[in-house]
Amino acid sequence: MSETAGPNTADPNTAAATAEPPAAADDGSGSTRGATIQLDGLTKRYPGSPNPAVDNVTMEIKAGETVVLVGPSGCGKSTTLKMINRLIEPSSGRIRIGDEDVTDMDPVKLRRQIGYAIQSSGLFPHMTVAENIALVPKMVGWSKSKVKDRVEEMLDLVGLDPREFHDRYPRRLSGGQQQRVGVARALAADPPVLLMDEPFGAVDPITRDHLQDELIRLQHELHKTIVFVTHDFDEAIKLGDRIAVLRERSQIAQFDTPEAILTNPADDFVSGFVGAGAALKRLNLTRVREVEIAEFPTVTVEDPLQSIFNKLSSGPHNELLMLDRKNRPYKWLRRGDLSRAKGSLANAGQLVHDTVTRDATLHDALEAVLTDSGGRVAVTGRRGEYIGVVDMQTLMTSVQEMLEADRLTAFEHQHELAERHGVRGGQEPRSGAGA
Amino acid sequence: MDFWDYLANRHQQLLTDSFQHASAVFQCMVIATVLGVVIGVLTYRSPWGGNLAILSTASILTIPSLAAIGLLIPLVGLGVAPTVIVLTLYGLLPVVRNAVVGLRGVDPDLVDAARGIGMSRTARLLKVELPLAWPPILTGIRVSTQMLMGIAAIAAYASGPGLGNEIFRGIASLGSANAINQVLAGTIGIVVLALLFDAAYVLLGRLTIPRGIRV
Repeated sequence: MSETAGPNTADPNTAAATAEPPAAADDGSGSTRGATIQLDGLTKRYPGSPNPAVDNVTMEIKAGETVVLVGPSGCGKSTTLKMINRLIEPSSGRIRIGDEDVTDMDPVKLRRQIGYAIQSSGLFPHMTVAENIALVPKMVGWSKSKVKDRVEEMLDLVGLDPREFHDRYPRRLSGGQQQRVGVARALAADPPVLLMDEPFGAVDPITRDHLQDELIRLQHELHKTIVFVTHDFDEAIKLGDRIAVLRERSQIAQFDTPEAILTNPADDFVSGFVGAGAALKRLNLTRVREVEIAEFPTVTVEDPLQSIFNKLSSGPHNELLMLDRKNRPYKWLRRGDLSRAKGSLANAGQLVHDTVTRDATLHDALEAVLTDSGGRVAVTGRRGEYIGVVDMQTLMTSVQEMLEADRLTAFEHQHELAERHGVRGGQEPRSGAGA
Repeated sequence: MDFWDYLANRHQQLLTDSFQHASAVFQCMVIATVLGVVIGVLTYRSPWGGNLAILSTASILTIPSLAAIGLLIPLVGLGVAPTVIVLTLYGLLPVVRNAVVGLRGVDPDLVDAARGIGMSRTARLLKVELPLAWPPILTGIRVSTQMLMGIAAIAAYASGPGLGNEIFRGIASLGSANAINQVLAGTIGIVVLALLFDAAYVLLGRLTIPRGIRV
């Protein structure tokens, strides 16, 4: 991980990750990357009901892409998902994963190649965390030592200390930790495809937010193909490279990038689902890593008082960020604080109470900036170490640029449509941002 | 002769009877457990199948045990055979009922998860459903054993083994010197055995119920 602070153009929209992303030096060390998923005319009829639960869904999901199926409850999104690993057998239609038609494959074998995470975490209460994670690798016949290493690796990957959690039973984990283990179990045998059925639906909002960030980070490292079901549109925006908005019988109302859906909803159903405040939601689409992260003068707690004093009084800044021993943001120090602090800095300055990571959304960053009296927030790396600072001005500029770009794209899109459809002109041009 | 003298005099006979009593109950319980769990596993998925299994094992239990043994004698003769058959049949109900209820009570989300990660039906049953249903099944086995302890005494009527022989002998010679002692020795012996078995089950529970679901 050696990214420099600065505008990073890792735009998730152009997730043309189909072409294998360049052998990036991230820690996805040799893991299996995503495979394409093709659903072709997938239909599920239940005996005794006149309408199919899922009606003729055709969809192509690119390798390494995160696709979110979102729609009102009862629209068949979960059924659609469960047909991919054939927990529900389709009545008709084909499913292809990679180059293989899996519609008639032995479902047990198929499911071992597909990660599956569900709302209640689905951990088996009579098995330890390690036993839960080891289940699939054992079933597919990995050697004992390989399974053991893998369990440690997976715990590490989802941010749980192996020494602490290895032998715990699920009931002694918090909801968020259970969900992490659930994801670790789903990924343990390194499947190319991961299916997630409202996995964060049952945890509190703060934990959910963390888990979402975590998933984004994971996906950044692993490049799996993820199909994610939720009824929460904000979650869809945050996680999806593309979003499929579904109406009843799993009919696709719109299948596009979050930006396109926000700025150019296909019809009233979609715009109803998107809801108000599209400009604010747009903030959820951009990550801190995509805006300019500024340098900020720093000192560490170990620096002698005199040198801190000198730095503050001589430099152009009248504020410093103090880092703790592990290089994590600790305190904001103003010039005034120093003059009042006679001899010791123990009580001087203002503790840093909120930081964001590079994977945080601009929405989170804005939240942090708004609650900070100085109007800026420190950006930290994976282990909490200081990277840079984002302030109000940066955020405003980025948002304005973004909205402007969206408006242009939407306009071009409309234009294209109008040209293609000739003068049929049924569709009124919609203004870019609905708000 | 008071009761203690009686015990001292007859301890050899009493120990043999106790051992045979315990052994008969234990062996029948093993058969009843295996049969009961198998019946439970075969029927719990179907709503009427499970209920039918519970209903039929329950109706067996309503037959008076003495009558059941009496009816079996012309069919299988005296001795061990009618004892084993009756004890096994009577032991079924609590095991079958708790197996069906326990297996049905496993959180459907967990079964869904087990399917979703690619466990075969057998693996699901052996690694997820049965371990999770084990505590109620074990309770069923405990209840069954307590019940069989008493019913096994009736087996003496068909010349079966066990402490029932003491009781029947005592009842047959009521009025004689040792009659009450005999009945008392048989009864207390059964109670003591039942308590010992129960203690063993507590230990068995400690050893076999996974720590993650122990209450």
